[in-house]
Amino acid sequence: MASTLRLVLSFLIFPGLLFTAVIGLVTQWIDRKVSALVQWRVGPPWYQPFADVLKLMGKEIVIPAGARRAGFLIAPMAGFAAIGVVSTMLWLTNMHGTGFVGDLIGVIYLLTIPSLGIILGASASSNPLSSVGASREMKLVLAYELPFVIAIFTAVTKVSPMTLRLDGILEYQAANGVLLGNASCILAFIVCILVVQAKLTYPPFDIPEADTELMEGTHIEYSGAALAVIKLQQAMMLFTLPIFLITVFWGGLVLSGWGILYTIVKYVIIIVIIVLIKNTTPRVRIDQAVRFFWGPVTVIAVVGMILAILGF
Amino acid sequence: MSTTIPIGPFHPVLEEPEYITLQVEGETVLSADIELGRIHRGMELLAEEKTFDQDVFLVERICGICSASHSWAATLAMEDIGGITIPDRARYLRTIVHELERLHSHMLWVGLAGHIIGYWTVFMWGWKYREPVLDALEAITGNRNNYAWYCPGGVRRDVPDEVWPPVLKSMDEFAEKTNLLIGAILNDPVILGRLKGVGILTKEDAIAYGTLGPTARGSGVDIDVRRDESYGAYDEVDWKVITQPDGDCLAVAVVRLLEMIEATKIIKQCIKNLPKGEIRSEVREIPRGEGIGHIEAPRGESFHFIRSNGTNMPVRHKMRAPTFLNIPSYRPRVKGETISDATLIFAVIDPCYSCTERMAAVDPGGKRIANGHDLIKLSHEKTEWLKKNL
Repeated sequence: MASTLRLVLSFLIFPGLLFTAVIGLVTQWIDRKVSALVQWRVGPPWYQPFADVLKLMGKEIVIPAGARRAGFLIAPMAGFAAIGVVSTMLWLTNMHGTGFVGDLIGVIYLLTIPSLGIILGASASSNPLSSVGASREMKLVLAYELPFVIAIFTAVTKVSPMTLRLDGILEYQAANGVLLGNASCILAFIVCILVVQAKLTYPPFDIPEADTELMEGTHIEYSGAALAVIKLQQAMMLFTLPIFLITVFWGGLVLSGWGILYTIVKYVIIIVIIVLIKNTTPRVRIDQAVRFFWGPVTVIAVVGMILAILGF
Repeated sequence: MSTTIPIGPFHPVLEEPEYITLQVEGETVLSADIELGRIHRGMELLAEEKTFDQDVFLVERICGICSASHSWAATLAMEDIGGITIPDRARYLRTIVHELERLHSHMLWVGLAGHIIGYWTVFMWGWKYREPVLDALEAITGNRNNYAWYCPGGVRRDVPDEVWPPVLKSMDEFAEKTNLLIGAILNDPVILGRLKGVGILTKEDAIAYGTLGPTARGSGVDIDVRRDESYGAYDEVDWKVITQPDGDCLAVAVVRLLEMIEATKIIKQCIKNLPKGEIRSEVREIPRGEGIGHIEAPRGESFHFIRSNGTNMPVRHKMRAPTFLNIPSYRPRVKGETISDATLIFAVIDPCYSCTERMAAVDPGGKRIANGHDLIKLSHEKTEWLKKNL
């Protein structure tokens, strides 16, 4: 009973939904501030992302006349919950080493739920721009999942004995040095950064949202608290995806002594890479994106995999 | 099966309300329909109710960006009626302000194009580079926009000599930054991927649709009012008309970027050769008659026609902004392209709707059923109705 309660609390508060949302919004502020510096602007104060979400929470939710009510409203919640679960799993594994067989597959699976939620919600909203956005999101998911899975399994191949447990990967890295020290895993890591960019729908892969083409496409019809949930989910992904990459490739989170500082540095480096890519590329077309992921990115991922099998 | 995708009436890409409908299949555009007429302001009618002097201020407000172009075209038309020759210094001063306007207009477009392809950094940088040009305009004319600079017979104010050195310096810096931008754009594979081969307007189409300005020059049509029917000081300075043969979005972008470099050259030469003397010849009256004035605005040829009956007001003042002829070229351009490129292709002509729109109420047979005064009366009635019922 007590352990169930603890699990529920860790999902809802720390390190689950609440904690992830707060750190995610802080990260979003870093993102906005760094973008502003790159663009010679001042940028918002630190509480701006919080203020945005709080304000949206208090607004009316307008449901379009032709929309399917249930699907339209449940869709954002699905992604929100899935990201909360991912964050809880990653942090518990990092802190207490509580993994289970196949939790890596679970995380990869849960990380696609937000995209599926967006597709579902957009399709339910009966807006032509939304449905164009949804079809683009679908193509994007199909494009980046293949290289992403190959890249993650490069890490799995590299670990000996091969394991699908996150804590197994962490133990191996604690004993033998971080996976990022290997040529194969560097390639896999590059692939993952590109995929993270697409999962976050940041430029150059903000194709489903594309404000100057589709006016926020997939969530054009969302308003009020539903939109706030989508914004929160994006902020949480901005926090969770780098943590996932650190766990798999970069030795995980060390939460004691100087390790805390090292962990923060690793996290900030990944965030800055993401923000710099975001600010130095224009949006590509969906056909270009699919060609990019199925072409060069998949090739890099496969090369990484072969190197890992060969022992590099 | 085709779907209809609306762009507008309110859309992040359109600064002004317009409505475009795209017939699409998947992501491919089959056809496009453009519906103008949402931001009509009754400028021509207003112009007929003001004196010639006031008219110049009015036409300046047709467009916030081409304010110098419209007022110059209007004064040219007035001078054409009266056969007025203007002092050399005024010709040079007019040219300088006109070219500065071209600089900031083109830079504004570069920023907007960056915004449309989702490249926020280009948007912010472009508009930051544009700021010194507006500062130069403020130093010369006193205003960032709507300069109140042109008047029949010359220019309204003289410029002290100490203004020019900082302007020359800022032109050098601007040319440097523009060269940097040209390098950055032409070497970025993603930008090239988005612009090259997209929205092609062939030379034949460009001529058939009567396109003007950078839109036509991007398709290899070698027209430019500044050279073809020279006015101002353009035949006394060294510059060249930029054309590109390809007709795609990249070609138009390159035309605009290189034109900025040419404009800085023109401005520098004009400042160096600026004659001394009068800035305005005295205009007593505009006699009875008709006159035209046309100049190369940043977006293409702006055309003004004025008919005078010898009083102090025009009886007809017809204005035509370049967007009026450039908009229809959207249809051949967008056919077969994807939705992603539809907004970019639309923005490539640098549309300016409120400058373009004129209104006429006609019956299906084409007969005019209401004149401007009737329309104003309708508008007043509507306002009264709204006041009572809201």
